[in-house]
Amino acid sequence: MHNLKRQLLAGPYLLWMAGFILLPVAVILYYAFTTTSGDFTLLNVTSIFASIHWKSLMLSLKLAFICTAVCLLLSYPLAMILSSMKLKRQGFIVFIFILPMWMNFMLRILAWKLLLSNNGVINTMLASWNLPLLDVLNTPFAVVFCMVYDFLPFMILPIYNAMSRIEPDIIEAAKDLGANNITIFFKIIVPLTLSGVVSGITMVFVPALTSFAISDLLGGGKVLLIGNVIEQAFIQEYNWNLGSGLSLVLMVFVIASMALMSAKGEEGGTGVW
Amino acid sequence: MVRKTIERIYLSLIFLFLYLPIAVLIILSFNNSKTRVQWGGFTLKWYRSLFSDSSIMSAFWTTLFLALVSALIATLLGTVAALGIDAMKKRSQTLMIGATNIPLLNADIVTGISMMLLFVRFTRLGMNTVLIAHITFNIPYVILNVLPKLKQGSRTTYEAALDLGATPLYAFFKITWPQIRPGVLSGFLMAMTMSLDDFSVTYFTKGAGIHTLSTMIYTEMRKGVRPEMYALSTILFLLALVLLLFMNFGPSARKEKEGDSL
Amino acid sequence: MSKRLIDLQHISKSFDGQKIIDDLNLYIRENEFLTLLGPSGCGKTTTLRIIGGFETPDSGNVIFDGKDITSLAPHERQLNTVFQKYALFPHMSIAENIAFGLKIKKKSKAYINDKIKYALKLVNLDGFEKRSVDSLSGGQQQRIAIARAIVNEPKVLLLDEPLGALDLKLRQDMQYELIRLKNELGITFIYVTHDQEEALTMSDTIVVMNQGYIQQIGTPEDIYNEPTNAFVADFIGESNIIDGVMIKDRLVKVLDVNFPCVDEGFGCNRPVDVVIRPEDVELVDPACGMLEGDVISLIFKGVHWEIEVLAGGYEWLVQTTQMHPVGSHVGIRVDPFNIQIMNKPESSDERAVETDA
Repeated sequence: MHNLKRQLLAGPYLLWMAGFILLPVAVILYYAFTTTSGDFTLLNVTSIFASIHWKSLMLSLKLAFICTAVCLLLSYPLAMILSSMKLKRQGFIVFIFILPMWMNFMLRILAWKLLLSNNGVINTMLASWNLPLLDVLNTPFAVVFCMVYDFLPFMILPIYNAMSRIEPDIIEAAKDLGANNITIFFKIIVPLTLSGVVSGITMVFVPALTSFAISDLLGGGKVLLIGNVIEQAFIQEYNWNLGSGLSLVLMVFVIASMALMSAKGEEGGTGVW
Repeated sequence: MVRKTIERIYLSLIFLFLYLPIAVLIILSFNNSKTRVQWGGFTLKWYRSLFSDSSIMSAFWTTLFLALVSALIATLLGTVAALGIDAMKKRSQTLMIGATNIPLLNADIVTGISMMLLFVRFTRLGMNTVLIAHITFNIPYVILNVLPKLKQGSRTTYEAALDLGATPLYAFFKITWPQIRPGVLSGFLMAMTMSLDDFSVTYFTKGAGIHTLSTMIYTEMRKGVRPEMYALSTILFLLALVLLLFMNFGPSARKEKEGDSL
Repeated sequence: MSKRLIDLQHISKSFDGQKIIDDLNLYIRENEFLTLLGPSGCGKTTTLRIIGGFETPDSGNVIFDGKDITSLAPHERQLNTVFQKYALFPHMSIAENIAFGLKIKKKSKAYINDKIKYALKLVNLDGFEKRSVDSLSGGQQQRIAIARAIVNEPKVLLLDEPLGALDLKLRQDMQYELIRLKNELGITFIYVTHDQEEALTMSDTIVVMNQGYIQQIGTPEDIYNEPTNAFVADFIGESNIIDGVMIKDRLVKVLDVNFPCVDEGFGCNRPVDVVIRPEDVELVDPACGMLEGDVISLIFKGVHWEIEVLAGGYEWLVQTTQMHPVGSHVGIRVDPFNIQIMNKPESSDERAVETDA
């Protein structure tokens, strides 16, 4: 029943999306390719090659890579352990590992700042035991640490979903045909969870690459990511043309990484939602 | 046995990593000390002053208002859109779902900035602009929750109702609605959570005098956070805990699971 | 008679404190088609999984060809399993699925390719090498699951309700297919099902199980014609199972009427279960019957009519080729040879269970 009347129900949504997704992108494009006086220019976009911008882009890519890799390394064994647990307890334990995701994003950053500060909880404890103090706040390490904390559930969930969808029969069949644990892992479990890994990577890498709040609050102005550069262009320098140009570059990176991932994952149908 | 032990240790470590910061927030909310990270005895005074602090309370109500209203409007628009998409041919459906996915995966900062640039062309930034922005990023969550339920529910029952003389509207409320209700509900809840959690989009699209909790904490964190915030986070965490426990293990969750198995 | 290949000795197994199998003893001969038959939860699948090596029994031994294999892993046993829901690897092609076990054994490429061809031919799916698992129907997937198992040349093939997910017509076709396969391969099949018709059609030997105990072992004919207790009688085919009292040898009182029978040795005035198959009940002129009654329902079943007769306070199920309209008055007669006398179950474990199989 490809009822035309019913298809029209999607109309308001399409209008809304045209007005508030497509149109804004068009505005960004306009600003990105014009000067303040409205003349065409490529300088806003090419300014990504200016050393300070380029350095922050490279740092963003590097930190996002590290963050994604750490999340993957932490989540994969976790998902394996969780999905191997008895069903009765599984629901509750998975719930426990997802719960922090429902804490406000900003509060989670705040919590780590409290822990890592020079006169924060960890250092206060270290000092009371006369141990050497940590000096990690305002370093890339603190930023990555907090990113991992913030985005870890986005990696755990899709991998766990893909993992728990593997029928126990399949594993038994592989055992029956002579596969040992290593073969089962590489030939059965890894390929069957690939789609989950891919969506996990996308869901961690993109926010890590584009984040500005974490680096702002835990980097103390010393860790300048591309997100911070863009934010400063808009909020502090009021240079909307430059900000738009850099946003466009960032968008290209996001789209490229998504395209790369969806090509890798073929169908990649194991999203979180 | 060794393997089991290693697994336990691993789970505990990750658990500690996830909950240590939250525990610190909760402990500090009861801390009667000026230096903040040193324990100065138990107190409830931050909770008392929290409720008399007009700026925090106003940010709290703004956050809640935005979440509720944007989720409601997004649920309405999204559910109707899902019905429309469901009626489309397979190819246009795939296209629509793909297009719906894009804003979900796009960078928050770009979404926020692009909308800000549009809004300042036509109007002043204020409550309306934040609300529109929230609705925009909420709609896809609703669609992606409702659409699978529409696919699961059989088209034939709807047609059978029409065959038996029901008007399309009557058939929708009697037949389609019960089938998609769980999807609509979870879409609504997810939209609300996303709105509550959002920082970047709000940060760029809000007007000067408006604060949600996220933007308020952000501003405060650069100057120094008042202990009342710890009290507020404790309350919010407990609220999320209770709500999620109820959703996952409450009576309605069980009913839904039984319904699924039928 | 061929030799004993597998011997299960005093096998017991519990899950979460609940006994699933209790002191089970069973042997399986070489080249036998043996079926474990019973309602769900009777322990048949657990028994199969113990043979396959997926479960370890709490006590008892599994002897294979004279050797104790109780604690060996599945792949260290000379047997392979065909799973209920096929358990094909969804990310591999058909050829890769079939080659899985052979690649692990490091067989040569040529050998593997030959084997794939041979196995696909055997299950009538030649040319399916490149196809994906998703593109196959349930019946085709089941054949591939069998092909994947037999290329490893097992001595025994374990089949866990392999036809359960197929529709009726396909199920019947596959039954003949399985018999053909077994004969061509010349290996032992151990088959688990809750479908009595499947069991009767294919098996050399049927093991009827209920609540962790073996109820009866025998050929399909034995099991059908001479069930040892009311559970087996009720589970295999349809039966009239009526309370009776054994008056003396060769005479049983059923519904206050004395029926001559051929059974002896039950003692005098002992309560017993009397089993009479519906096709063994003859409807005759009321004057000539042992009991009189009225027809209360009539259904045409193709080969025969299925008639319910209320006589002596019991609703008799009768299958006959002659039509008797509803309301007609008839007499019931049963040949002494067709009356089965069975002891009342002694423990609750053996009590007949209502089944809808």
